[in-house]
Amino acid sequence: MFQIDCPFCGPRWQVEFVCGGEAHIERPINPDMLSDDEWADYVFMRTNSKGMHYERWCHIHGCRQWFNAARDTVSDKIHATYRMGEKPPELSS
Amino acid sequence: MKQQPYRLPTGGRIERNRPISFVYDGRPYDGFIGDTLASALLANGVRLVGRSFKYHRPRGVMTAGSNEPNAIVQLETGAYAEPNTRATQVELYDGLTAASQNCWPSVGFDFGAWTSHFSDLFPAGFYYKTFMWPRSAWMRYEYFIRRMAGLGSSPRVPDPDRYEKMHTHCDVLVVGSGPAGLSAALAAGRAGARVILVDEQNEVGGSLLEETIAIGNDPAMSWANKVREELIALPETRVLLRSTAYGYYDHNLVMISQRVSDHLGLSERSTDIPRQILWKVRAKEVVLATGAHERPLIFPDNDRPGVMLASAARSYVNRYAVKPGSSAIFFTNNDSAYKAALDMHAAGMRVSGIIDVRSDISGSWAQSVRDAGIPIFENQVVVATHGKSGLKGVSVMKLNPSGDGVDGVTQRVHGDVLCMSGGWSPVVHLFSQSRGKLNFDVAKNCFVPGTPVQASITVGACNGSFLLSDCLREGFLAGTEAAKNAGFEAIVPDLPDVQEPELTEERAVWETPNRLPSGRGGKRFIDFQNDVTSRDVELAAREGYLSVEHLKRYTTLGMGTDQGKLSNVNGLAVFSRCTGHDIPALGVTTFRPPYTPVTFGVIGGRDVDHLFDPVRKTPMHEWHVSSGALFEDVGQWKRPHYYPQDGEDMAAAVKRECEAVGSTVGIADASTLGKLDLRGPDVKKLLNWVYTNAWNKLETDRCRYGLMLGENGMVFDDGVTTKLSDEHYLMSTTSGGAGHVHQWLEEWLQCEWLDMKVWVTNITTQYAVAQISGPRARDLLAELTSDIDVSPQAFPFMSMRCGTVAGISARVFRISFSGELSYEINVPANKGMALWRALMSCGQKYNITPYGTESMHVLRAEKGFIIVGEETDGTVTPMDLGMDWIVSKAKKNFLGKRSLSRSDIIKSDRKQLVGLLTDNPDYVLGVGAQIVSQINESPPMPMEGHVTSSYYGPRVGRSIAMALLSGGLKRQGETVTVWDRGNIVRAKVSSPVFYDRDGDRMNA
Repeated sequence: MFQIDCPFCGPRWQVEFVCGGEAHIERPINPDMLSDDEWADYVFMRTNSKGMHYERWCHIHGCRQWFNAARDTVSDKIHATYRMGEKPPELSS
Repeated sequence: MKQQPYRLPTGGRIERNRPISFVYDGRPYDGFIGDTLASALLANGVRLVGRSFKYHRPRGVMTAGSNEPNAIVQLETGAYAEPNTRATQVELYDGLTAASQNCWPSVGFDFGAWTSHFSDLFPAGFYYKTFMWPRSAWMRYEYFIRRMAGLGSSPRVPDPDRYEKMHTHCDVLVVGSGPAGLSAALAAGRAGARVILVDEQNEVGGSLLEETIAIGNDPAMSWANKVREELIALPETRVLLRSTAYGYYDHNLVMISQRVSDHLGLSERSTDIPRQILWKVRAKEVVLATGAHERPLIFPDNDRPGVMLASAARSYVNRYAVKPGSSAIFFTNNDSAYKAALDMHAAGMRVSGIIDVRSDISGSWAQSVRDAGIPIFENQVVVATHGKSGLKGVSVMKLNPSGDGVDGVTQRVHGDVLCMSGGWSPVVHLFSQSRGKLNFDVAKNCFVPGTPVQASITVGACNGSFLLSDCLREGFLAGTEAAKNAGFEAIVPDLPDVQEPELTEERAVWETPNRLPSGRGGKRFIDFQNDVTSRDVELAAREGYLSVEHLKRYTTLGMGTDQGKLSNVNGLAVFSRCTGHDIPALGVTTFRPPYTPVTFGVIGGRDVDHLFDPVRKTPMHEWHVSSGALFEDVGQWKRPHYYPQDGEDMAAAVKRECEAVGSTVGIADASTLGKLDLRGPDVKKLLNWVYTNAWNKLETDRCRYGLMLGENGMVFDDGVTTKLSDEHYLMSTTSGGAGHVHQWLEEWLQCEWLDMKVWVTNITTQYAVAQISGPRARDLLAELTSDIDVSPQAFPFMSMRCGTVAGISARVFRISFSGELSYEINVPANKGMALWRALMSCGQKYNITPYGTESMHVLRAEKGFIIVGEETDGTVTPMDLGMDWIVSKAKKNFLGKRSLSRSDIIKSDRKQLVGLLTDNPDYVLGVGAQIVSQINESPPMPMEGHVTSSYYGPRVGRSIAMALLSGGLKRQGETVTVWDRGNIVRAKVSSPVFYDRDGDRMNA
């Protein structure tokens, strides 16, 4: 079980959070202009990184705030957490 | 007090002034506080403690700890029964009752032992190979195989014990309280760090519990107890004994199972203290001082009762004051057997000799042994063991010059205990669980921890350092470093003086050479618990197995309650010989938690029975109970299912309830419906995004139904939303859907539309809701309100009015899920019961009838209203439901819109919602029944759809069903065939709306 540093509340156990999958996926502005494949890419396709992975978490049993985390999927070390709208930190695994 | 024939007159850590008695296999015995069940049995001369798993061979105690493969016993009976406990770890208490396992009718005469005589017929993979044909017969074989192969039996009654969980943090967690662990804890504790020291035994000390070497000027255990006292006196330090750190998880989370009262007699236990506590410790730094396990050697009949590990024999003599037999023989490839031999000699046991595979043995250990007059059989091996159910002696032979075979004649050595030592394997389980990789140390013939992945340091025997002075030194350094890493200033304590002989080199020997090839002569066991021999490993190699993981699964090597603590490295070594790959190249199987078995009780803790999952009750719950309602679980909610009267069954009750709604008025508790309060200037914008229909023109106090889609275009929730003011709306969701929808809205608001100003509050439980439905609902409401004009013109369908109902401030929604004239009256939750009682008493004259969820579902199905989760399953679009009307063509964008034009979604043969009317109007189809396009004698048959809801509809007067049918929207009037639990039923495809198609009744 991870210990996750909520940017609003501080470090808490993973049971208080839910993971929302890959972060920094922006909703296309004009979905009608996209081909089926392009739209499917947005809806269904996610990267499955070995190494640094940027993902979205929600402190659902705490402040209920969504935020982003940079986690190394090999070691499961969480290198950074940051608020929505903030730029992801430059990291390498 | 009966005699304990093998108890030494003095010494040991047992409490001789506290004699106790216990029962094993029905016979009474005596022992002392401080004994384990195993040591007490040995003291009483009980050598045969079990039968092996596969061949039912007689077995005796082999170890003195968690690595025990043989002495696996059933502890206690009835509710306190616990199967598969290791007698070597069960602390003896007064009145303890235990029994051997896996033998019938008794451990002395076991019927299953016949398998041993036919063992050529039971090679590795025997069950896989033999019982696969014919395939259908496996079920029959399985019954007998499981009976033969079972371990203990679990209790059949609920667990009477109480368990707790603790969550805690610390700076330095030290696992293992041997010399390395104690010194690490001391160094960190003195620095002021919050230290937790955990050990599986009842006292600190680890290997010091049987050590004869002094530390400084003190006997080893005096030093250990001084350290313990100093640690306990420190304000931030905790020593957890009888506690096994069994799992090392992410981010330095270590799980510990503490046995609080297992060592007490059943009569001394009380529910005031828990039986066990599960500790979840998050540590800044972990020091692993988990020690090492001695390895057996592999030779013919190395499982005879009386064969044990040299270290175990030493432990029984020194710690428990028990002679494991009358005269001992040693068989070794390293020095540690010499220590044991000297201790047993000193305790007055006869030592017949040490058979050592090494030659030219020098060093001070050997010298001491020679001085004591114990013969050393250099360059020799045990080629056979003798005795039937207990060892009587061994045959030894000289190794040939190349060391791969034996030469000359056999010589008999007598003794009833054979103490073997094949070297030591560090207990790397926790390190490996922490994702650390292992390295094979060729000099020490064992796997040692490599670079740690988490914040941990490995010390002592766990690190491959087998000298006491090294353990102390590494412990002090690690404790200091860990405290520094955790932010404390620390200095390395002074190392006490330890006088101990140097160790001489060990000789790498696994399966010792013999006259016969390994398939012949006595069985040479690698894994005692699973009866895996070197021949089985050879067979696996011959059959082409190359991965150790496959080897494990094929031969069962390393499975069972000991998880290969004795056998893994030996098995690898034999496998390495057979495959020609060296041990490091083969690698090890994954070490998984738990290190030793953990009770389900402690994992469950208090989260059992009514505390397993919260139960949610509405404010009117007690009324439903006292009115005889039967309840249905809807998520965590308890909802009245139906209200049977005078012995009615469900069908009769539901028919009566539905007829009342159709003819007069019914009342239902709808408090569980999800309610989200939406406020802010952008609510309308949000609604336009999350619902498929348009919200711009909704007027204040009007209600609108909406479908919510995921981005994949599939329906995931529905409900009615009401505009209370320009910046205030009330959204309703499905029962149990409120949390999910709330989270969905928040995710979009927080992650995608950061500029949108909407505040979402879940107010589901703030309001109680009574739903009155039926032609007389208006009359009833009118009687209870003076400030709401209930006339159809003033209060039309799909609108909301605020006012007072039965003197309670209320929001009344005129919406309908039953298809009748219907009102949902929302009042503050604490007024729910008052409202309900007022409605019931005033409604008496209309024969007001409470109805439950079953009637609710029947009524809505007659009306063709969907339920998300029944008519939909995450693969259904609004079009599939025939609800194109709710999908706005004008809106440019809403969640899921683009998916609705994907090629797969617009296919005409998608499963679409239809009604089904069976040819026999009394036949009610089963939910899930398959619509098939062709009837075969038995399934499979080509399927075109399935029934999603099916009832007898009292208002329609016949059976009705809803179904998803391929291309169904264009198949109205067609007759289809339904395969329903073996019946073939013909039904006509219809509209899913069976009742009041024009909606005259609910609009009335």
